[in-house]
Amino acid sequence: MKNHKTIVLSNQEVSPGYFRMRILAPDYTRLARPGQFVMFRVQRALLPLLRRPFGIFRAGFMPADCDTMPPKEFIEIIYKVVGSGTEIMQGLHYGDPVELLGPLGSGFDLNLTSGDSILVGGGIGLVPLYMLAESIAEPSRAEVLIGGRCRDDIITVTEFERLGVRTFVSTEDGSLGDRGLVTKVLEQRMEQKPQAKVFACGPMPMIRAVEKICRDKGVHLQVSMEELMACGVGACLGCVVKGEGHTTEKPSYLCTCTVGPVFNASDLAWDDHQSASDVAGGDGCECGAKP
Amino acid sequence: MKRREKVEKTVNLQVDIAGITLKNPIMPASGTFGYGEEYAPYLDLNSLGAIVTKGLSLNPKAGNNTPRVCETVGGMLNAIGLQNVGVEQFIHHKMPFLKQFDTPVIVNFFGNTQEEYGEVAARLDELPGVAGLEMNISCPNVKHGGIVFGTDPKAAFATVAAVRKKTSKPLIVKLTPNVTDIQVTARAVEDAGADAISLINTLTGMAVDVKTRQPRLANTIGGLSGPAIRPIAVRLVHQVVQVVKVPVIGIGGISRAMDALEFLIVGATAVQVGTANFVDPNAMATIIAELKTFCLEEGIADINDLIGSLKV
Repeated sequence: MKNHKTIVLSNQEVSPGYFRMRILAPDYTRLARPGQFVMFRVQRALLPLLRRPFGIFRAGFMPADCDTMPPKEFIEIIYKVVGSGTEIMQGLHYGDPVELLGPLGSGFDLNLTSGDSILVGGGIGLVPLYMLAESIAEPSRAEVLIGGRCRDDIITVTEFERLGVRTFVSTEDGSLGDRGLVTKVLEQRMEQKPQAKVFACGPMPMIRAVEKICRDKGVHLQVSMEELMACGVGACLGCVVKGEGHTTEKPSYLCTCTVGPVFNASDLAWDDHQSASDVAGGDGCECGAKP
Repeated sequence: MKRREKVEKTVNLQVDIAGITLKNPIMPASGTFGYGEEYAPYLDLNSLGAIVTKGLSLNPKAGNNTPRVCETVGGMLNAIGLQNVGVEQFIHHKMPFLKQFDTPVIVNFFGNTQEEYGEVAARLDELPGVAGLEMNISCPNVKHGGIVFGTDPKAAFATVAAVRKKTSKPLIVKLTPNVTDIQVTARAVEDAGADAISLINTLTGMAVDVKTRQPRLANTIGGLSGPAIRPIAVRLVHQVVQVVKVPVIGIGGISRAMDALEFLIVGATAVQVGTANFVDPNAMATIIAELKTFCLEEGIADINDLIGSLKV
């Protein structure tokens, strides 16, 4: 955990409205675990004031500018342009100064990936699942279900395929892959792989549906949650979610930034779960990016 | 050629608040720094003037529903709901960590009733390692229709007086700005026995999502903090220092040394940094370094010479 004053290495639109940013990030290949996030600061200015959380898509090395230098370490984040912060982000270029605080939060439990695994990503929610897929010892036993509203929301499919995991694409309007919700695909795949553990990240309605499916079938589920967040280090207590057994009389709140963002679904309360994206009428999939 | 003598110039940043000696006038604002441990990976806690904890209550408090925070222009709204571990957990699980540092620990606390304030103060009074108490009077009095203690000068006086009886430790009272005349409240808490006054707590505010037509906070109303509120805070500190004799700690939108200096010049003896910690976990270290540079450049040998040096 460190705050790096660093630079953008590249920033490209990978699908309409979706950008992929590579940032110089020393130590991240060693430190970052699947499911972790960074608090990203666009610029030293008042707008936006607060940092924004972004799931780490991947960490890697790239050749240095000259042979005598060690390779450069980077991370990639993928974001959807949804508000003033991400609008500024899309205008960044190579060399622009940014700050990274991280890697932060809990990650996915890799012990759970020893058998069959099903990864479910809705829109930008796919982002934190890539490092998880990379870490699975037997990629052939893992499947990735990628859902979105339309084909623009479907990103990085070939990169998942290159890892050797099987991918299933679905869109609500049928413009790419199967027509329908990703949760429908999940039900089908769970019938084929009843022993599989499920890992999910995406918009709250999707997460809630996945949770119900898994609970009904008694399948272990890990979810990556997102909440509005000010500090990312457990100080502001702004990003809490309701823990298992939460009631109005006996409330239980868990910090998304330190206890999460990845939770065992059984550790959270689901009956009355309300999240920021519900209340704010969230723009669908925001798991990796916030306005 | 004249030989230039190398003179190591030093600046005294040390200030004194009600008998608490601070290495420098920079400390975190309660609620923006957890219990210290959250920021220890990013910042040397020994470098701070003091550590101010998250507000404690007699019993643990779970806090409000979400969303609890939202950003506004140059600031943020929060309605965390004073979530905290409670005084006993603090004593056993948080205080041992804080004791390791060579930095005074100021424990912020609050109550739902006057009695609760007194009980928490009494418990903290006997706790070794606590340099001082900061009393948050911006909470609603559950026994009296939820009227905020700090907005009613009589209630503020009575509550501070009750706490005063329970502790001999330096008592700082943190004022809410949501009053008509801050000078009345400031005088009331000074008369009741406060050793120092800190201000401002957040300004109440509200933001609406125009698409859903819902408030952006689950609690509807929240507290506004951040750079947006600084001019209001400077004005209120200016008004308070004119009517009280006790030292004043300035709070509100400080994110750089220049901001802190405004408060010091107006008459604050020290300042608290809040929202800026969220933006940059190293913010206070930067402010301390900048403060030193400013004094060197301006030829100020002692920061105390700046305090209250406003030229009107």
